[in-house]
Amino acid sequence: MISFTSFPTQPEDAYRTVRRYNDDEDDAMMDLDDENGPSSSKLTCPGETLTSSHDYMRGHGTYVDNDEVIASVTGTIERVNRLVTVRPVNSRYNPEIGDLVVGRIAEVQPRRWKVDANSRQDAILMLSSVNLPGGVQRRKLESDELQMRTFFEEGDLLVAEVQAFFADGAMSLHTRSLKYGKLRNGQLVIVPPVLVRRLKSHFLTLPCNVDIILALNGYIWVSKHIKQIEQEGELGFDAEAVYSNQNDRIDSSTRSAIARVANIIQILASHFIPLTDTLLLEAYEWTMEQDSDVKTLLQEDYGDALVAAVVSKE
Amino acid sequence: MGSRIEILNEAGFRSDGRRQHELRDLNIDLSRHGEADGSALISHGLTQVLVSVHGPREAKMRSHTFHDRANINVEVTVASFSTGERRKRLRGDKRILEFAATIKATFEPVIRTSLYPRSQIDIYIQVLQQDGGTLQTCINGTTLALINAGIPMTDFVCAISGGVHSTSPMLDLTTLEENDIPHVTVAVMPKAKKVVLVTMETRLHVDRFEEILNLARDAGSILHREMKEAVLNRSISLVSTAGPAQLREKGEDDMNVDY
Repeated sequence: MISFTSFPTQPEDAYRTVRRYNDDEDDAMMDLDDENGPSSSKLTCPGETLTSSHDYMRGHGTYVDNDEVIASVTGTIERVNRLVTVRPVNSRYNPEIGDLVVGRIAEVQPRRWKVDANSRQDAILMLSSVNLPGGVQRRKLESDELQMRTFFEEGDLLVAEVQAFFADGAMSLHTRSLKYGKLRNGQLVIVPPVLVRRLKSHFLTLPCNVDIILALNGYIWVSKHIKQIEQEGELGFDAEAVYSNQNDRIDSSTRSAIARVANIIQILASHFIPLTDTLLLEAYEWTMEQDSDVKTLLQEDYGDALVAAVVSKE
Repeated sequence: MGSRIEILNEAGFRSDGRRQHELRDLNIDLSRHGEADGSALISHGLTQVLVSVHGPREAKMRSHTFHDRANINVEVTVASFSTGERRKRLRGDKRILEFAATIKATFEPVIRTSLYPRSQIDIYIQVLQQDGGTLQTCINGTTLALINAGIPMTDFVCAISGGVHSTSPMLDLTTLEENDIPHVTVAVMPKAKKVVLVTMETRLHVDRFEEILNLARDAGSILHREMKEAVLNRSISLVSTAGPAQLREKGEDDMNVDY
């Protein structure tokens, strides 16, 4: 008779290993007072007691129960004077005013768009906080309300800035700058938001004719490079181009460059490596040195080699 | 109950060679699965479950939003190949709906939902293999997936099943044992030492109940250590790659203070 087992193959000595636990559990409060600098960053788990609530204030990622400050997420413990916070290893995007985000229109509502921006609620883009064709100072008319879908439609991607928060914590976006607006000529890559750190500029241009928008919500837009002059335009900016749904002609070398950059970002994200401009440039140069095809990037061992090469340079 | 299988033999071994209080092999994999914010693949012996957590995110239906807290949505699918006999279960199956409602009720007081008003947290559970203790595996997997997604919780939730064979209590039952003896599933919060769930589908003698409950609570704290270790190992590996930049940021701050 044939018997099937679904046990994973394990080394023989793993069989029947008995774990011994000592009873004096690590219940003791963590010592927050050591000032060893950044090397003392410790990890904690939900339910771990951090300190007493008499001496410390609770920050994000903690709660108070029975006069104790207790962690509620897994992450590194941080302390600023008397304030204890836990920064989660991985979480959804937490918006702050001034952040650059890339989002996708989820819904068109009266005088506003709902935008999915990888946050805990959909962001809101008011009709009053977009630039309309015909100049910055133009008044919004009733006819504009009726033709909102000609500006942004469900499924459109856009880049915007966080302007303010509503009372319930939802964020309000604005696109009142020529840098912001509808996205085209490229590809979206989604990474965990913690991997995008605040940089001097989130608009990067790689020498391979590729623009990258590293949005803080983890949505990354990789597109064909647009020349500065064309982008800024004249005073009464080209409305047709801003809300156009039509891609420009993209030649095959640019297409493969876009695909290569998108693959590099995906590899780095799968290894949980924070993205910076220098890192992306180094990674791109490394793949060009290897003279490899774009699709070989997707092989696992090649990705590991890329990560090893780039990280060792740092 | 006429069964050909001996639940506990004279030497004190169970049908799969375990002792009375011995738990089955616990395997935890916390790597990312697709688009999910957090996921966990967990197996207690031959029972295997994959849990994916999405959110907190915008609620799909307006009727599901609360102005003061997040809505928790639990969906369970049982693979038709998960049991010994192939059997197709539909999504609207009453038993599965009740199962999902049990899990939702277990996690509602533990997740700090008040931090995410008007949002929704989706928990998708896929039962891949069943060999007893499906509920405990689902609950433990959900705890790990929620922690992996960075959703604030007051504590871990660790669940374990227990039963009684004549007078001897046993832990972590297989299907064979579940079919034969009265059993109970207990979920505990190990840090607060609170019991969040006790559920029984069979009748258990009241004199035996306390003994099993205490045993299950002890087993819960053992599971807690295993789960905590898995979570910390995963976090250490993530922080070690993401770490240098994090530390550098901090280092710069320190320098600013010095000057």
